[in-house]
Amino acid sequence: MNLQHEVERLHARYAHALDSDRLEDWPSFFTENGRYRITTAENEARGLPMPVLYAEGRAMMRDRIQSLRHANIYEPQRYRHMISAVLVEETSGQIATSIANFLVVRVMQDGDTMIFASGRYLDRVALGAMQYEERVVICDSRRFDTLLAIPL
Amino acid sequence: MLSRTWPAEGVTRVPYWVYQDEDIYRLEQERIWRGDTWNYLCLEAELPEPKSFVTTFVGDMPVVVARGPDGALHAWENRCAHRGALVCMQPRGKAERFSCIYHNWTYDHAGNLTNVAFRRGIGGKGGMPAQAKPESQAPKKLRVESVNGLVFGTLSRDVSSLETYISPQIMTRLRRVLKKPLKVLGVYTQVLPNNWKLYMDNVKDTYHASLLHLFFTRFRINRLTQGGGVFVSPDGAHHCTYTEMIEDKGDAYEKDGMRSAGSQAFSLENPEVLEQVDEFGDRVSIQILSLFPGFVLHQIRNSLAARQVVPKGVERTELHWTLFGFADDDEAMTRRRLLQGNLVGPAGYISMEDGAATGFVQRGVAGSPDRASVIEMGGSVIGSGDSRITETAVRGLWKAWRGYMKV
Repeated sequence: MNLQHEVERLHARYAHALDSDRLEDWPSFFTENGRYRITTAENEARGLPMPVLYAEGRAMMRDRIQSLRHANIYEPQRYRHMISAVLVEETSGQIATSIANFLVVRVMQDGDTMIFASGRYLDRVALGAMQYEERVVICDSRRFDTLLAIPL
Repeated sequence: MLSRTWPAEGVTRVPYWVYQDEDIYRLEQERIWRGDTWNYLCLEAELPEPKSFVTTFVGDMPVVVARGPDGALHAWENRCAHRGALVCMQPRGKAERFSCIYHNWTYDHAGNLTNVAFRRGIGGKGGMPAQAKPESQAPKKLRVESVNGLVFGTLSRDVSSLETYISPQIMTRLRRVLKKPLKVLGVYTQVLPNNWKLYMDNVKDTYHASLLHLFFTRFRINRLTQGGGVFVSPDGAHHCTYTEMIEDKGDAYEKDGMRSAGSQAFSLENPEVLEQVDEFGDRVSIQILSLFPGFVLHQIRNSLAARQVVPKGVERTELHWTLFGFADDDEAMTRRRLLQGNLVGPAGYISMEDGAATGFVQRGVAGSPDRASVIEMGGSVIGSGDSRITETAVRGLWKAWRGYMKV
């Protein structure tokens, strides 16, 4: 029960950081060599390895955020994450695996609001540090509206 | 009220009604997508065995592409002869035959109607009269040709062979990339909030890349000061542009105060995402190739992809990305291609802006169907050259479009 609570808190803190535009905090939710990958259910089912977005280690994650802040052009937008049905399994003393559902609503600066993505988080959480060693974001749909700037 | 007369300036102007008019969209379906053009359907690698199939689109028209039991490629309209329902619901797979779910009418891999359920009735009752000709409404069949692993189809009987259509110069650039059997690495769809032609405009616009995409310029991946060039087919329809790997040490962007020059403070902590192996042996870092009406082949460093443009109404376009490598890629090359996946697609460091910019045009021109965009970089020339500070390929697109549309 305690582990369940701890993992749910990690997911919640992650969601609040992204949704309140604290993007610079995003890499700190991962271990130093943590991996983050966005893919689609179709690619997973077909065994196709190409990610939509991939970062290996915090340095690449910081590069992504730096680029969003200083290089990429996109309309101001915010996400709202809904995370539910969190199932936690402890696989060893060091690592817990977790699966959770997510729904991300995207709100544009003019108020235009849409369901941007739904899917599953498949996580490997390093216990103790309570950081993601790996977070795989499997989007249910293969479609992405306009662009995907902020991580899911 | 809407004037469909092209501006007097000719090739250097594109009136905004071309992106807004429902009648134009309908006419494009007939004269371009279902007209005398070759349309990209899929990769041969997606149809690995006899009886494999995929579903796709030619403009609005749903299409089945299938290999027969003998391995031959076929493409046919995904519409049942009976009531017009989709015959094939699955996006891909292997099938012995195709049966419409509505009334179980059945087709072979070539799209021939092979069985009408209870055609002769049961026990002498019901069924169709002997003289009925349901085959008269059979799905349309496309001519199919493939080059270097790309499969194309056309409804036209008149259009020349695929390679002649593409033209020799553009074929050379296509063959440069597609030199070996391909392996699909991933697929996704980017939904663009704009007319399909705004995306093709963008692809053919060699002038914008290093001004819009700061990532290109800041990391000196593609600057107009680097070596490169543009090829345009004689009819204007197809184009290819490339940039050489030779490093640019100049400061033209910095001196002119371009936003895209960026800040020196911004650098990559882990530049592995940009590390390129010169796999084609010609020191070209980027090649973008487009075929009219809606196909793009890209080589961006070691990222390779086919992009299919599927119009979904006047103000909506789907971009179907198929990212691939070669069947004989080693582990290191596959890893490189996956890492460089970060450069392209909806989350791509250097492609995410294209969806935003083209959407901004669609919204910006909403009140001005009577005005036109100014396309005068490089004068009024339509042709190949060694400068990319030109809109020659964009003018080519409109020359071809006007030819097909007769406007």
